[in-house]
Amino acid sequence: MIEKFKKYRFVFEELIKRDFKKKYKRTVLGMGWSLVSPLLQLLVMGIVFTQIFGRDIPHFIIYMFSGNLIFGFFREATMGGMTSLVHNSAIITKINVPKYLFLLAKISASLINFLLTLCIYFIFVAIDGIIFSPRFFLLIYPVICLLIFNIGIGAILSALYVFFKDIQYLYDIFIMLLLYVSAIFYSVDMFPDKYQLLFNFNPIYVYIKYFRQVVIEGIMPSLQHHVLCLIYALLALITGAWIYKKNNYKFIYYM
Amino acid sequence: MIVELRNVRIRYMTGNFKDIGIKDYVIQNLKKTYVAKEFWAVDGVTLSLEKGDLLGIIGKNGAGKSTLLKSLTRIMKPTEGELCVKGNVAALLELASGFDEDLTVRENTFLRGALLGYTRKFMNEKYEEIIKFAELEEFQDYSFRQLSSGMKSRLAFSIACLVNPDILILDEVLSVGDGAFRNKSEKKMNEIIQGGITTILVSHSLDQIRRMCNKVLWLDKGKQIAFGETKEICDRYYESLQIK
Repeated sequence: MIEKFKKYRFVFEELIKRDFKKKYKRTVLGMGWSLVSPLLQLLVMGIVFTQIFGRDIPHFIIYMFSGNLIFGFFREATMGGMTSLVHNSAIITKINVPKYLFLLAKISASLINFLLTLCIYFIFVAIDGIIFSPRFFLLIYPVICLLIFNIGIGAILSALYVFFKDIQYLYDIFIMLLLYVSAIFYSVDMFPDKYQLLFNFNPIYVYIKYFRQVVIEGIMPSLQHHVLCLIYALLALITGAWIYKKNNYKFIYYM
Repeated sequence: MIVELRNVRIRYMTGNFKDIGIKDYVIQNLKKTYVAKEFWAVDGVTLSLEKGDLLGIIGKNGAGKSTLLKSLTRIMKPTEGELCVKGNVAALLELASGFDEDLTVRENTFLRGALLGYTRKFMNEKYEEIIKFAELEEFQDYSFRQLSSGMKSRLAFSIACLVNPDILILDEVLSVGDGAFRNKSEKKMNEIIQGGITTILVSHSLDQIRRMCNKVLWLDKGKQIAFGETKEICDRYYESLQIK
């Protein structure tokens, strides 16, 4: 494992560099875009939803930012991950390198973006008058779970995308629907208790809720919540890894 | 024995399943027009190579040469049979593809080096040499799409020829660039081959095979027609081409 990591470290770094550079090639703001775009999104949502939902939810801006932050990472990582095999088919059919490297590089590039946005998030948290506490270090846990979850979903999508190009359009629709059921700009308290529980079937909501509990409510999430975060992550990862392993030599026929 | 193949067969899938959407998939399934033709691209190849051997693979287009090479590099897996390759393999297949058009020459050079399994230290040391060999000194920070196709192949060859493998696989790579560069690249290739490694070469130039190889494999539609002495097989192959 460690030997493998050493062996592929150079190529992994170069792939991340490539994906990151390509993303901002010929843009004036460059990396600045990964800071500007979540802020603009937040601004628009703030203007639209503060009047509707904002009155009942404390720290509404942070409440929405938590949702946007998690959702944005998931969307960027999985959408980028989806094309990672197909876009590298010229390399995959010629050079023998592990295919998952392309996926991991793409997801790492979006992780860098996420971490940049996370810094802005904490600045907002400070401005909003929330006191920093050592409890915030707990947030490392959902971030790692989400990262694993993204790798798993990315693997599933990238494999499907090799076989069916429709997936990208279906996934666009899915992502839009997911945005509305993830309680990003409203609170699940609006719903009766039994419906509230249904939200736990949405992994993205579970990760968002973890953030909100720690940052806004100032409590430590329950043990069940921790377990749920992990289960979703591992479920996605195992499924993704299984699909990759099963189709490892099959992809090439479709490229 | 460095390379040993025993009755290797590789099944290849082709048909109208590529680049289809879900709609087409469903319709094809309903109408039963879904065709996934399977055929044996490589059908029963048995051979063995010792250290220092230089094997030439000959055969018409579609004989299964490239598929066989891909299985030797472990990009594809034999469907049946045994394939045993000892040592690290470097394959130079259709060199100029797989570069990224948006990156600069420098960035592409490092990426390609990394993909070929070189270390960062090695690339830092050899970078100047690569660029000089490819004659691209003035183009280092150009975007890759600004290069001519000859330049791209030259760069690809210059990076690839630094390999130090136990087994070297060459697919028509000796015909790169213009006359002057071709001489230079053939000389460089010969240097590597003379180093005592095992080489497998696919070429449509029978002269080249006769000149360089000590063993020849003749494939036709995946089937192994002959494996053995260069002169005898090349003569037979040449004859078979004349009849038509």
